[in-house]
Amino acid sequence: MTKTIAEINEKIRAGKAVVVNAEEVIDIAADLGYKKAAEKIDVVTTGTMGVMCSSGAFLNFWHTKPKIKMQHVWLDDVPAYGGLAAVDCYLGAAEIPERDPANAHHPGHFRFGGGHVIEKLIAGKEVRLRATAYGTDCYPRREYEQTLTLQDIRQAFLFNPRNCYQNYNVATNCSDKTVYTYMGVLKPHMGNIHYSSAGQLSPLLNDPYYRTVGIGSRIFLGGGLGYVAWPGTQHAPADPRNERGIPLGGAGTLAVIGDMKQMNPRFIRGVSMTGYGVSLMVGIGVPIPILDEDMLAFTAVSDGDIQAPLCDYGGDGYPTGEPCVLGYVNYQQLKSGQVEWEGKTIRTAPMSSYSRALEIAEILKEWILSGKFELSQPVQPLPGQELYAGFLGR
Amino acid sequence: MSIESNIVNRNIVLRFSPDMVDQPLVYRLVKDFDLIPNIIKANVNQDRMGSMVLSISGYENDYKEALEYMKMCGMEVSFLADSMVWDKDVCTQCGACTAVCPSGALYIERPAMTVHFDSEKCIVCQMCLQACPVKAVKLDI
Repeated sequence: MTKTIAEINEKIRAGKAVVVNAEEVIDIAADLGYKKAAEKIDVVTTGTMGVMCSSGAFLNFWHTKPKIKMQHVWLDDVPAYGGLAAVDCYLGAAEIPERDPANAHHPGHFRFGGGHVIEKLIAGKEVRLRATAYGTDCYPRREYEQTLTLQDIRQAFLFNPRNCYQNYNVATNCSDKTVYTYMGVLKPHMGNIHYSSAGQLSPLLNDPYYRTVGIGSRIFLGGGLGYVAWPGTQHAPADPRNERGIPLGGAGTLAVIGDMKQMNPRFIRGVSMTGYGVSLMVGIGVPIPILDEDMLAFTAVSDGDIQAPLCDYGGDGYPTGEPCVLGYVNYQQLKSGQVEWEGKTIRTAPMSSYSRALEIAEILKEWILSGKFELSQPVQPLPGQELYAGFLGR
Repeated sequence: MSIESNIVNRNIVLRFSPDMVDQPLVYRLVKDFDLIPNIIKANVNQDRMGSMVLSISGYENDYKEALEYMKMCGMEVSFLADSMVWDKDVCTQCGACTAVCPSGALYIERPAMTVHFDSEKCIVCQMCLQACPVKAVKLDI
């Protein structure tokens, strides 16, 4: 049994497509078996919402009168990169105001930054734009300051060079003092364990060899429509994999793009990581077309099938750049709230919102069922697709 | 001291300046006000600002007099239940606060994986203030 994306789209248009989320498919596959479930189900929707560094926004402000070629740009005192053109800039999610004390008194609070400006814009709130320039014959103006909202900005799109990590490190701290990391506050002597993945719901864990997700794939991004633009930075499909093809490390990533004017602050949030900095929490949903039995088998992955490396983020571990993997744990253990490790019970906590990931998968399902969202054939596969040799190497 | 008033049980948060750290507060509450203080949490270091979370039971009149005494001594007094505020509309339901919360006041309900706050269990350690990426928990003293 095989289906094409075009055939699935026909069913979507006819209102006959069967769409389930990546949690529901697990039980269906267990009941019917992969073969029958693959015949029945057309699309499995996935979702994730976690802190994703390497995010940011391209903004174009209308030309001013008289004109300015903005050299230095700030939005609510957060610097944006203006070295693109006259009134274009890129605002990075991890940027902080120049006057922010950062970690001068460790751990710093990092109350506001690029991610928060992006959230404010999407929420329809006012932001203060300030720009300076050296002045040219065609762009004589030297200074500009204006309060504006997203509506006043000519074009605004998120372009996130690295989102949607396929899998990720699980963090603990073996040192004897608390560390403040991008994986949260980690207490000494393995006092807690933090993880950041939606596990069985996460997009690239449901299509581990990128057989259906590729350049040009239409996705849910921040509450609106988005697209996969490119393999993300640090895309590393050759990472070791388990017998189901699930990578045991970060592996794949996606560069994604989408119109900020369609987005919703429920799915795009500025975040402050104590002692680390600011970033952006991004909600992403990817539909997986069930092209054949293997795709159904891949989407039937459950938390217990997905292992992730437990890493020491203490001073002698991750920060040194040396290997820091203590061993492997699976998401079923992590999601239970505690992990037994060398005779010790350690509490676990997620950094990524599972309930919001499920909400995204449900919204995407509704969009497809209502005919508002059709699947797209990737125009180019992602590197790593060539590693696919059948489910269970079949 | 009065024996006419009701018995009360109150959880309070005290904050005091370095010069008061060596005051025998708990002794005073027992000896002078006939109260039963139970220390839930104390962060009292020499030469530093101190804070204490107390569960106090006793007659209401005695308790009120003790509050006046503590305020007169320059202590900031607030009610535990009122001081920690979790805004569920701001919360993204990630759960980053739940492993550092020592009392289980912030917890995840499984299998829905939603975050909840039980203010009765909160000991105001403030770990969640550092752990929450979207500042959904606020200490409001």
